[in-house]
Amino acid sequence: MEPVYIAITILWIFLFMYAIAGSIDFGAGFWAMYYRKRTDTKAASIANRYLSPSWEVTNVFLVLLVVALVSFFPGAAATLGTLMIVPICLVLFLLTIRSAFMVYSYTVQKYTNMLVIISGVTGLLIPALLISMLPAAIGGFVETVGDRQYILLNQLFTSPTFYTHLGFGLSTELFLSALLLSDYANEANSEETYHVYRRNAIILGPITLSFAVGAIFTLIPEAFWMFENMANEWLLFTLSLLAFAIGYSALWWPSKKMSIGKPRVAVLLIALQFGLASFAYGSAHMPYFLYPNVTIYDAFTNDIMFYSLLIGYGIGMAILIPVFIWFWKLFMKDKRYLRQDSPH
Amino acid sequence: MDNVLLARTIFGSSIAFHIIFATLGVGITLMILLAEIMRIIRKDDDYGTLAKRWTKGVAILLGVAIPSGTIVAVMLSLLWPGFMEIVGQVIALPFQIEIFAFFLEALFLSIYVYAADRLSPTMRIISVFFVALGATASAVLITDAHAWMNTPRGFDVVDGQITNVQPLAAVFNPSFFVTSFHVVGSAYMTGAFVLAAVAAYKLFRGGLSVREITYHKKGLSLSLAVALAMSVYTANSGHDTAILLHEHIPVKLAAAEGLFETQSNAPLAIMGTPDPEAGRVVGGIEIPGMLSWLATGSTDGVVRGLYDYPQEEWPPLFVHTLFNVMVGIGSVLLLLAGVYWLYWFKNRKSEKPFPKWLLAGIVVSGPLAMVGIETGWIFSCTGRQPWTIYGFQLTSEAATNSGNLGMLFILFVSLYVVLLVITALVMHFYFNRNPVSKDLHSIT
Ligand code: HDD
Ligand code: HEM
Ligand code: HEM
Repeated sequence: MEPVYIAITILWIFLFMYAIAGSIDFGAGFWAMYYRKRTDTKAASIANRYLSPSWEVTNVFLVLLVVALVSFFPGAAATLGTLMIVPICLVLFLLTIRSAFMVYSYTVQKYTNMLVIISGVTGLLIPALLISMLPAAIGGFVETVGDRQYILLNQLFTSPTFYTHLGFGLSTELFLSALLLSDYANEANSEETYHVYRRNAIILGPITLSFAVGAIFTLIPEAFWMFENMANEWLLFTLSLLAFAIGYSALWWPSKKMSIGKPRVAVLLIALQFGLASFAYGSAHMPYFLYPNVTIYDAFTNDIMFYSLLIGYGIGMAILIPVFIWFWKLFMKDKRYLRQDSPH
Repeated sequence: MDNVLLARTIFGSSIAFHIIFATLGVGITLMILLAEIMRIIRKDDDYGTLAKRWTKGVAILLGVAIPSGTIVAVMLSLLWPGFMEIVGQVIALPFQIEIFAFFLEALFLSIYVYAADRLSPTMRIISVFFVALGATASAVLITDAHAWMNTPRGFDVVDGQITNVQPLAAVFNPSFFVTSFHVVGSAYMTGAFVLAAVAAYKLFRGGLSVREITYHKKGLSLSLAVALAMSVYTANSGHDTAILLHEHIPVKLAAAEGLFETQSNAPLAIMGTPDPEAGRVVGGIEIPGMLSWLATGSTDGVVRGLYDYPQEEWPPLFVHTLFNVMVGIGSVLLLLAGVYWLYWFKNRKSEKPFPKWLLAGIVVSGPLAMVGIETGWIFSCTGRQPWTIYGFQLTSEAATNSGNLGMLFILFVSLYVVLLVITALVMHFYFNRNPVSKDLHSIT
């Protein structure tokens, strides 16, 4: 593979990891808010128990993504940053409020209610904003005046593809997090919480799928070039659909532990589905970062830096993967953590 | 305000906000590690209680440190796209490696905080060691990028294109070691003084049981031992940094000292205002020959002055004051920590409480150290002006040309103010609700 394609693949892997981890993290914040008043279920405390140790790690994935973009494609970072400065700053603003208030709501119980609401609502707004930048990058919504570029906000806000992307982002977030939390509740042996999240996942699955299909078809009038490229990726999209179908059906598979469903299989297959589809979407986007001006070739760093970074990621991952495994065992598997009664 | 000035203001205030939490994250995690070690050496659970309460404090601070760090990291690309285009090609490595330091810190911190009861004592120390290592490494790595901006190496510019990139030469640029030693030393020093200030405040207010007094005295002594050692180290490494400026960026040293004429036997000017018309510092105290001696090791050494440079390459002259404040604070705090240990040594046999004036001094030392960090950094970044990459890229070439910056400035500054207030309130509520007497009883 050419260096530039290795780089864009690594970037996609990081994007994928953050999309999954972020969806689950933001979604768990939303569920913690949604069930905060319910005394009949442990749904809120299960969500919190997942969030407490994991949000920092999720945030590092975001930083990883940003740094990888800047170091592999310095040119793209500059253009995207200039163009999207306002939405990105809003994301940063909300992210800060969310993290701070979430940590504080664990610390002082007195204001928990308000703090949980704020962190839950921002947990919906952040992914919405992030996703709404996608349609802006496919062209059609950018105007160039002299050497400056502007986003045509009016046109963006009145186009259907903007709203289908938005709906897709939000439903994915809630779908993935409900699935993971059902698996988490399963590990914690909490049967009724498992059913709460399983039901949410069952409702959200088809909604997510329809938004995904809607997002693709509303692209036609705005970015026909991308739609054409997507048609060439039909194999990946089909496989992705298949993964969805099997993963979704796993919620009804017979189980020894719970009355019905294999949540672990469902989580893994839906993540695979998401990976296949986003890889296909990304490939269809190539070679443009920002249609039609910025391609991955223009934006690429020099080869020497590329290879140094590659070595750096190799060494870093080799050191960190064992720690990740230990972390996973401590918080996702250890019965003593999962089954305690209070969130701490 | 024009765009560049706005971008500078937004970035400067954001990073000045981040550095408060980041420095404490570096300094206090070292103290937690030391407390855990003391607990084993002395077999004294009070140190475990110290570690536990400091950890709670750090966990609260990180709720702001991490998102504010994310803000500055992203803002670097948003506000300085020209700068980041060069960074991505030449000095991307420290930013990349820093990510792994963040992972190390975040993973082990979660393990240390949320799995503490499931870890053996050795595993606890190992976990907190990696937290401290991660925090310190992230400080060293980001300082590397800053050092490279002062003494850029590892690339050539031919017709406006970057060529001949040597990533390692960029990483190991001449000021890397000296600067990062000073930064890490000052962060440890600040963390220690801030914790000492908390303990001193409790003792100063009084009304404590004997048990609580012994507990706070242990905290005070552990903090001030580190504070003393790190004050000596910081002053010493600060001196090395000044020599480095003399060798590599004389114009910054000249602005720091308000020196206009290139001369041997250059005087050290303390306070006062540099006056370009008069060609000297007015209203300050001058110690003849001292600057030459500090920078070159001999009063005959020649130190370059601002007149050697065209005026548009001068940094703003108020950096003289910032520099004086940093050095002043360094000297005062060194003295204070010294006095504490003298007093401690003289009275080690008696149970006499510490005098109020000494405690009051220590209470002030925490905030003062933080002021030292802020003035030091603003001096260093503003003293580099008009350059972003010294000798290669002007700040005006680095800045974004997008609009809307005024609105963003208001948005972020109000966010920082709100968060400062809320963080203080949360700390207050938490530690009021859970007084140390509760923790002490639960152990004995
Ligand atoms: C508690 C904080 C603190 C204290 C007491 C001191 N410093 Fe400092 N100093 C810093 C915190 C700091 C810093 C915030 O960490 C800086 C900013 C940038 C850097 O590299 O370190 C710094 C920078 C800095 C620089 C500029 C480096 C550059 O721009 O490249 C010099 C010359 C000194 N220091 C010298 C001193 C001296 C002679 C001190 C005598 C006591 C001193 N500092 C105490
Ligand atoms: C010398 C000054 C600085 C010091 C000592 C420092 C130190 C720290 C520390 C200790 C943390 C908490 C890390 C964690 O728990 O994960 C942190 C967070 C962070 N800092 Fe800074 N920092 C400094 C300046 C900067 C600058 C200039 C940037 C931008 C490039 C930056 C980017 C970040 C980021 C992105 C995070 C969040 C990491 C995460 O998601 O966990 N820092 N910093
Ligand atoms: C953490 C403590 C820091 C503080 C308080 C600080 C403060 C400032 C201030 C006040 C400015 C505006 C300067 C002016 O226009 O007069 C600035 C600019 C800047 N700083 Fe720092 N800085 C810090 C650390 C760093 C680090 C570690 C880096 C390296 C990545 C860095 C990179 C920059 C850049 C790129 C600019 C903008 C370009 C320029 O003005 O030259 N800063 N900083």
